[in-house]
Amino acid sequence: MTCHDALDFLDDYLDGNLPWGQRIAFGLHLGLCRPCRDYLDGYRKTIEASRKALSEQAVTSCQQLPDEMVQAILAARSQVPHTDRRD
Amino acid sequence: METSTSETETALVAALRAGEPAAYERLVREYGGRILAVCERLLFNREDARDAVQETFLSAFRSLESFDGRSQFATWLHRIAVNASLMKLRTKRRHPEQSIDDLLPTFQSDGHRSDPGSRWTNSAGEISERRETQQLIREKIEGLPESYRNVLILRDIEELDTETVAEMLELSPGAVKVRLHRARQALRTLLEPIFGGASK
Repeated sequence: MTCHDALDFLDDYLDGNLPWGQRIAFGLHLGLCRPCRDYLDGYRKTIEASRKALSEQAVTSCQQLPDEMVQAILAARSQVPHTDRRD
Repeated sequence: METSTSETETALVAALRAGEPAAYERLVREYGGRILAVCERLLFNREDARDAVQETFLSAFRSLESFDGRSQFATWLHRIAVNASLMKLRTKRRHPEQSIDDLLPTFQSDGHRSDPGSRWTNSAGEISERRETQQLIREKIEGLPESYRNVLILRDIEELDTETVAEMLELSPGAVKVRLHRARQALRTLLEPIFGGASK
């Protein structure tokens, strides 16, 4: 297995979807190839760090909608036909 | 608490279907913040995100009858928010995308790396711990071409499965996998000068 082949298997490896034979070959390549080990490590950290960066945005941006937005949505709702109105 | 959440959602949906005004307000107040966060993650623009939030709720109101209860209500609403954001992006798309080929790894003719790269010594938590660093990562994600950025956000951040993303973006599952792989590689390259300082 070359570095190029190993790169193609990265996502399946991380998702645990690599067939047994390829997983063995991938593991052997990683054991022998320091650049691929480092690449995999950075690749994994890229995924984790981007998830954390955008999740933090979710936490800090807004816990609740501003009241004027809530009112605007509810006002616009009156224009939306309701198929099961009972009033 | 999965059951009680589910029961709460069921009661809320029933009240919405009955047209109770208080239920609509509760829906918007309870889920609005989370929906705004989803739209902001995809749109990177507060005003566009607000528009998408409004469209999300109006769309949900219109299609309440189609909610069949097979998924959680929050999941159903989340998908509507993603679709509303994607629709917003489609209406704003105006220039051809740049290639990301320059950000992908290169190989010698024998299949081995041309550039061995560098080691990232910090953990992902350490990397993204500081607020300024998080902002930097967000800017790098925002800088990816839209077709790659959307797949990366939908798969890695919103944690939708490949088939769902394929359906939303009108792509084959194979194309989603390829774009995700390329997007992750490109982002890794963009982050390497910042986080990959260790000697080989």
